[in-house]
Amino acid sequence: MSDATHAAPRPKRRTTSAYPSWFYLPAAIIYAVLFLFPTVASLFFSLTRWTLFDATFIGFDNFVQFFREPFLVKGLVNTLIYAVLTSGLKVVLGFLLGVLLTSRIIARGYLRSVLFFPVLVSTVGVGITFTVMMHPTTGVINETLGLFGIKGPGWLTDPNLALFSVALVDVWKGVGLATVIYIAGIVSIPQEYYEASLIDGASAWDNFWNITLPLAKPATVTVIILSLIGGLRSFDLIWAMTKGGPGFTSDVIASVIYKQYQAGFYGLSTAGNVVLFVMVAIIIIPLSGFLNRQGDGQ
Amino acid sequence: MNYLRRNWIGILAILVSTIVFLVPFAFIVLTALKDKRQSSLREFSLPNGFHLWDNLVEVIQTRNYMVLTAFVNSAILTVASVTLLVIFAAMVGFVLQRKPSAWTGLVNFLVLAGLIIPPAVVPTIWVLQGLGLFKTLHGLIFIEVAYGLSFCVLLFKAFVATIPRELDEATIIDGASPLRLFFEIVLPLLRPVVITVILVQSVAIFNDFTNPLYYLPGTKNVTVQLTLYNFQSQYNTSYNLLFTNILLITIPPLIVFLFFNRQIVAGMTAGAVKG
Amino acid sequence: MTSKFKGSRLAGLAAGLLLSASFVGTAMAQDVTLSFLVDNTDASTVTVAQALADAFMAKNADIAIELETRPGGGEGDNIVKTRLATGEMADVFLYNAGSLFQAINPQQNLMPLTAEPFEANVIDTFQKTVTAGGDVFGVPFATAMGGGVMYNKKIYADLGLSVPKTWDEFMANNEKIKAAGKVAVIQSFADTWTSQLFVLGDFYNVITAEPDFADKYTNNQAKYATDAAAIKGFERQEAVFKGGYLNEDFAAAKFDDAIRMLATGEGAHYPMLSFAAGSVVSNYPENQADVGFFALPGDDAAKNGLTAWMPSSLYIPKTTEHADQAKAFLAFVASTEGCDVQTKAVGVTGPYLIKDCTLPADVPAVVADLLPYFQRDGGTAPALEFLSPIKGPALEQITVEVGSGIRSAADGAALYDEDVKKQAQQLGIAGW
Repeated sequence: MSDATHAAPRPKRRTTSAYPSWFYLPAAIIYAVLFLFPTVASLFFSLTRWTLFDATFIGFDNFVQFFREPFLVKGLVNTLIYAVLTSGLKVVLGFLLGVLLTSRIIARGYLRSVLFFPVLVSTVGVGITFTVMMHPTTGVINETLGLFGIKGPGWLTDPNLALFSVALVDVWKGVGLATVIYIAGIVSIPQEYYEASLIDGASAWDNFWNITLPLAKPATVTVIILSLIGGLRSFDLIWAMTKGGPGFTSDVIASVIYKQYQAGFYGLSTAGNVVLFVMVAIIIIPLSGFLNRQGDGQ
Repeated sequence: MNYLRRNWIGILAILVSTIVFLVPFAFIVLTALKDKRQSSLREFSLPNGFHLWDNLVEVIQTRNYMVLTAFVNSAILTVASVTLLVIFAAMVGFVLQRKPSAWTGLVNFLVLAGLIIPPAVVPTIWVLQGLGLFKTLHGLIFIEVAYGLSFCVLLFKAFVATIPRELDEATIIDGASPLRLFFEIVLPLLRPVVITVILVQSVAIFNDFTNPLYYLPGTKNVTVQLTLYNFQSQYNTSYNLLFTNILLITIPPLIVFLFFNRQIVAGMTAGAVKG
Repeated sequence: MTSKFKGSRLAGLAAGLLLSASFVGTAMAQDVTLSFLVDNTDASTVTVAQALADAFMAKNADIAIELETRPGGGEGDNIVKTRLATGEMADVFLYNAGSLFQAINPQQNLMPLTAEPFEANVIDTFQKTVTAGGDVFGVPFATAMGGGVMYNKKIYADLGLSVPKTWDEFMANNEKIKAAGKVAVIQSFADTWTSQLFVLGDFYNVITAEPDFADKYTNNQAKYATDAAAIKGFERQEAVFKGGYLNEDFAAAKFDDAIRMLATGEGAHYPMLSFAAGSVVSNYPENQADVGFFALPGDDAAKNGLTAWMPSSLYIPKTTEHADQAKAFLAFVASTEGCDVQTKAVGVTGPYLIKDCTLPADVPAVVADLLPYFQRDGGTAPALEFLSPIKGPALEQITVEVGSGIRSAADGAALYDEDVKKQAQQLGIAGW
C-alpha cells in the first residue's frame, strides 16, 4: 500500500502526457484565424459608422442607437420567450421521447427514424413547407380544423400568435436531436443500477425518478445549453417563416440585427451583435457553470 | 398488462408521429408531383396528374445542369469538413475533459463564444482573401470547420466523461503513444457520439445556405441549397419545381441517415451492454 | 501490356485534344469570359439577362458571358455591397438606380461611363438616377414602370364602374365591389415589399401639392408625420383596411396569389408596380386582356398622374479586368437592338429608356394603360427614391402594420420618419 503511494508520481506524470496540449492546435489554428480574428476585428467596427466602403469613428453612438430601436425591447422579450419555450419543450419532450424510445415498445426503429428525420431537412425547406401549411385559409392545418367545425387561427399572421407558431415548428424540427442526445445519455446509464433497484423492489416510476432522471443529467445539460443558445440566437427559421412579421411583432434580437445589416447599417448591426453576445453570455456562462458543477457533484 | 400498455403507447406514438411528422413530407412529395398551376394553390391535395418526372427533368436541366454541379460540390464540402471536424473536435474534447490546466477556462470560454457569436462576414472575407482561400472550396471547408467546432467539442467533451479514465492510464503504461491512445482506443469508444456528430454536422453543412452564399460566390461553385434560389424568387415562385428540388436535395441526407440509423442503434446497444 | 497500350492511346488522345484546344485558342486570341451578376427577384430578369447575353455572344465570338444569380431584396443588397467592398464583384452587374445606387459609393466603386458614346442613347431622366458627383455610371436594363393600381376590367364592366380619378371615387368603387361580394382591394403582406405602394405610389400627388417636397425631405425639413400631403399615403392605406375591403388572407397571401386573384376576377384592385403585367402574361395568358392599370388617384381629378419607377441599371465595377469587353456589352444593351432582344424575350413591360427604341403594336393591356401617362406632358413624376438618396429600410414592415390595423397611420408615419433619420445619418447627409 505504501509502495503504491510512493510509486504514484511516475504514472501520474505519464498520464499527464497522455493528453498533450498540442491536441488543441489544429482546431485552435482554424478557429483563431477564421473565427476569432475576424470577430475581434469586427468589434472595432461596432464603434464606427461603417458602410463597408469606409468607416467613421463615432464612439458608442451605435450602442445608444441600438438601444433606442423601438422594437428592441419587444425583440428582447420575444427572444427570451422563444428561447425558454423552445428549450423547455425540447428538454421535456426530448427526455420523454428518449425514455420511450429506449424502452421496449413496438416500432422503435420506425419512431426513431421519423422523429429524427426533420433534423435532416434544410431549415429553409422546413420554413417554406410550414408557412404553406399554416396559411390561414388554404393551409392544410386550418382546413383540417375546419372539418371539425373549428375556425383555425392565423398561425403566422396573428400578431399574438406568430412567434409561438414559429417556436412550435422549431421544436418540431429540433426535438429529434434532443431525443438522440437523451437516448445516448440514457443508454450509457449502467444496467447495474436498475438491477440493484429491482432487487430493492422499486417500481418503474421509482426507477424513472431516482435513476434515469438524475443520471441523464449530462444529456440534460447538453440539451439545455445547446437549445437555449440556439433559441437565443435563433434566426433562420423565423426569417424563413415570418421575417419578424407581421410588421415587427415576431422580431427577435437576431432578426433586428439582421435587418440593420440588410439596411446597410453595418456598424450598428455589429454593435447589435456585441449586445446579443453579452446578453447570451450573461445567461449562458453562469448557467453552464452551475449545471456543470451540479453534474460533477453527482 | 404492462406489455399491453406499452404496446398501446407504441401504437399511439406511431399514430401521432405519423400525423405530426409525415404529413409535412407528404405535402412536399404531393407538391413535387403537381404542375405549376396546381402547385401555386399550395393545397394539400392529390395531384391532377403525374408531373414528377417533368419537374425532375426541368429542375436538373435548369441553368445548365446546375443541380448536378451543386451535388458534387456539396458532397466534397460535406465529407471533407465533417472528417476534419470529427478528428479536431474529438482531440480538443478529449484533452479538455481529461486534463484541467491553465488553458481549460479559456478553451471553455472560446467554445461557448463560438456558439454564441454570429460570424463577422466581411472581416472573414478579408482574411480568406489574404490567405488566397476566398472563392475556393477548401476555404469554405475550413470555414465550416471553424463554425462547427464549438458544437462538436461540447458534445465530445460531454461524452469523453463516460469513458473510464483507467483505460487511458492502462494504455499509456503499456507504452502506447498519445496519438495511438486517441485514435485506437478513445475514438472507437466515442463511436455513438462520433456518429451523432457526423450525422448532425453533415446535415448542417449539406444544408448550409448562408456561408456558401457569402464565401463561395460564382456559378461554378454553387452548392445545393443555393439551387433553391432558382425556383424561389421574390415575385414568382414555381412551387412544383421548388418542392421537387427540396425533395431532390433531401435524398442524400436521407441516405446518410438510413445508413447511420442502424449504426446509431448498434453503437448504442454496444455501449449499453458494455455499460 | 494491354493496359499500357490503352494508357498510351489515351495519352495520345489527350495530346490531340490539347493540340486542338490550343489551336482554337490561337485562332481567338482574345477569348474573354465576362461574369454577369443579376438578381433573380423576377423570373423574367434572368430570362432577359440570358437573352441579352446570348444575342451579344452571337455577335462577339471572342467574348463569353456567364450569368450568375443572386437573391433580391435586402439580402441581395448585402451581397452586392460585400462583393464590392471585397473587390470580388462580377465584371458587369445589375442593381437598382436611385437611392440604393447612391448607397454603394459609386464614385469609389464603379467605373464612370460619362464619356462612353453609348451613354448618348440613354434618356436623360434615367441618367439622372445613376449619376453621382457629376459622373454617369449605368445603362438601363428593361423598361420604366408605373406604381399604381392594377385592376380587373371584367369586374369594372360587370358593375358599370369607371376608372377613378380621385381617391373618393376609388373608395366609392371599392364600396360597390364589396357590396357585389368581390374582394375590393387585394393585399399580399406575406411578401412585405408589396405593402408599400399606397405610400410610395402616392408620390405624384405629394409632389404636385408640394413641388419642393423632395428637397425639403432630403434636407431634414419635411416629415411624413407632419406634412399634410405626405401623410395621406399612410392614411389611405389605413382607410382601405378599416373599410374592410381586403381579401380575407391579406396577411398570408403572396404576390403570386394576388396576381391569381386579380387575373381570375376574385379581386378588383391590386396596388402594384406595372412590371407585374409580366406575371399576368406568363401565368394567366388567357386573362391578360382583363387586367388594366391606373395611377393611384389623389384629391383633384384635374391633377391626376403617375408615380414612375426607373428600372435597374447595369454597372461595371472598377475592379474588373475586362473593362473594354464589359463596356461593349453595355453598349449593346443600350442600343435599339438591345431593346428588341428584350421585347422578344419577355414582351413589353413599359416604355424603354433608350432613345429610338420602338414598341410593337400589340402590347399587354396593363402596358397600354400605362403608356398614355408617359406620353402626356407632366403625366408622370419619378418616385421619391429617384429624387432623394434617403429611403428608410423599414417602410415595408411599417406599411404592413398600418395596412393590417396593428398600428395607426399617424403612428406609422412618425415611425417612418425615425427610420428615415437613421438612414440619413448612416449616409452622412448634411443637416441630420
